[in-house]
Amino acid sequence: MTSTAPSAVSVSDASADRTLIDDPGLGARKNGGRWSRREQGSTTTITLSGDWVAREDGVEIGVGGRNLGPDVRSISFESTGLGRWDSGLIAFLLSFRAAASERDIAFEPAGLPEAAQRLLALVAPPGSPPPRGPRAPMLDRTGLWAMSAAAEAAETAALVGNIFLRGAMAVRGRAAMRGRDLIDTMYGTGAAALPLVALVNVLMGGILAFIGVTELQTLGAGVYVADLVAIGMVREMAPLMTAIIICGRTGAAFAANIAAMQGAEEIDALRAVGIPVFDYLILPRVLALTAMMPLLYVFGCVVGIIGGLIVGAMTLGVSTTSFLVMAQQSLTLGFLALGLAKSVAFGAVIAVVSLRVGLRAGRNAAAVGAAATSAVVAGIVGVIALDAVIDLCASVLGI
Amino acid sequence: MTPPAPGTAPGPILKVEGLSIGFDDTVIQQDLSFEVSRGSIFAIMGGSGSGKSTLLKALIGLLRPTAGVIHIGDEDYWAADEARRAHIDQGFGVLFQRGALWSSLTVAENVALPLRLLSTLDDASIRDLVKVKLSLVGLDAAGDDMPAALSGGMNKRAALARALALDPAILMLDEPSAGLDPISSKRLDDLIQELRDGFGMTVVMVSHELPSLLDICDDGIFLDADSKTAIAHGSPASLRDTCDHPTVHAFMHRDSRTGAPQVQRDRA
Repeated sequence: MTSTAPSAVSVSDASADRTLIDDPGLGARKNGGRWSRREQGSTTTITLSGDWVAREDGVEIGVGGRNLGPDVRSISFESTGLGRWDSGLIAFLLSFRAAASERDIAFEPAGLPEAAQRLLALVAPPGSPPPRGPRAPMLDRTGLWAMSAAAEAAETAALVGNIFLRGAMAVRGRAAMRGRDLIDTMYGTGAAALPLVALVNVLMGGILAFIGVTELQTLGAGVYVADLVAIGMVREMAPLMTAIIICGRTGAAFAANIAAMQGAEEIDALRAVGIPVFDYLILPRVLALTAMMPLLYVFGCVVGIIGGLIVGAMTLGVSTTSFLVMAQQSLTLGFLALGLAKSVAFGAVIAVVSLRVGLRAGRNAAAVGAAATSAVVAGIVGVIALDAVIDLCASVLGI
Repeated sequence: MTPPAPGTAPGPILKVEGLSIGFDDTVIQQDLSFEVSRGSIFAIMGGSGSGKSTLLKALIGLLRPTAGVIHIGDEDYWAADEARRAHIDQGFGVLFQRGALWSSLTVAENVALPLRLLSTLDDASIRDLVKVKLSLVGLDAAGDDMPAALSGGMNKRAALARALALDPAILMLDEPSAGLDPISSKRLDDLIQELRDGFGMTVVMVSHELPSLLDICDDGIFLDADSKTAIAHGSPASLRDTCDHPTVHAFMHRDSRTGAPQVQRDRA
């Protein structure tokens, strides 16, 4: 709470030493803290009394500037009636000191408690605030943004290039990568993700079948549900849904893990002892995810078709054998190759994006969360955009 | 002319009786008793692994003791209900070993947060108080900086400003000088002393930095990792000059050859 500054004054003496006494009631605070102002010649004396506890009373904001008359040359204090006080009193006194400094008025703290004087001495006298540079013009800011985007693109391109170069070395066993790390990461990104991939893809297959049944039956073509499910899952939904799941699960984990390592200076420690960060941290993750994605995709196709089969069999009464035969006849190797290519590409995109986001994260706790969020958002957008591009190319190629 | 303090009893502001702390089967401290006088700077000393920081955690309510009583003012801290303990906690200002500033907030926001959440002050009052706290620690120009942009010494001072946010009656400091160069460390020691003298608060300081301990502490205890309790009570200077316990003597004289023979040799 902020008390109102005194405004009404009573003239108690009209002699040469003019004495003005503020109405103390106007300077009163909730818990008995009071202040009043007395002007004697060119000296203003502030009298403090009662308790001054900031959390109970608030702070007197900018009170100093409003309470120093034009003729004042010095300001002093009287505090014999002062009770408990804390930083609220210091804020009040600093307001007077700042106003006094601005107008070249002598600030005399001698009448204050010694402890308060010590605290005032700790606070550097007010100086001119550090100059803030003018905001850069729009053109400059656009240029800076473009340069920053170009630098980021170059860094990402370097990361991709390194993946190819070091990946080839790793295949020949010449990278400083631990096989154990690769296997652990493959397990974490592959086998450990199977339940989630299964759940989402089986539901996806079921949904495709359900839409097929309701729409195709009206045209008398309900029998083509198996084709719809098989082609939809193999060509489009299994790679896309699996990639989205992996992006949320593994991509976020990669980014958060690398960002946390940045914050804890673990990556600096690797560099300091000469361990190649790329081989040790990046390569196993990229290779593991790129290797696991096609397997997860195939698994997703199988469970998706099973999901479609369950819904199709329940609603159309089609036998399992008929459904599977029709599904098999509708599929071509081209569809499977397209789906596999997509899954490999999506895996690589998720790995590159999440690791790049992790590597450029700030060195604090908040940066870890921000990196995970950025990795998921950028990864999903990247995967969907790439899916569109691949589909366009496939369409042109007649796949 | 003193800031508000928990309780009204004229006795010690903090009193520990028969305290035992541990995790599962591991005993960290046992049967520990000491008192902290109002307005003193009290040192919790001891070597690495002696349980200093764990004791501090128990004192600030982060770790429930397995036995014993902690009196804050005239109140038994752990006998109080949760709401009352939360109220007592507001009388503590804590400086953690690594600062523990909230990294997503600016320095000024770090100092303002306790005031925003635990007081009914308006924004203008909070801004003014934050400015005072940052000015007191010499960081008035760094209010808009993020913690990640601060140097080690600035980080400690910003964390100290946050610890002062609620004008605590007891300031708890966990290794305040750790990781600081001697000049920054000395400046921080001076600042702690000035703040104690200015606000009249009590300071409880965990440290094994001898220069800091000798420079600013009025009283203290020495914890021992082997006996898992305090093996000496007194100011660091008095322990250095008069205590003949081999561990304390070795610590206070930076002597790696601990044990009675060293003391006997010195006496001889």
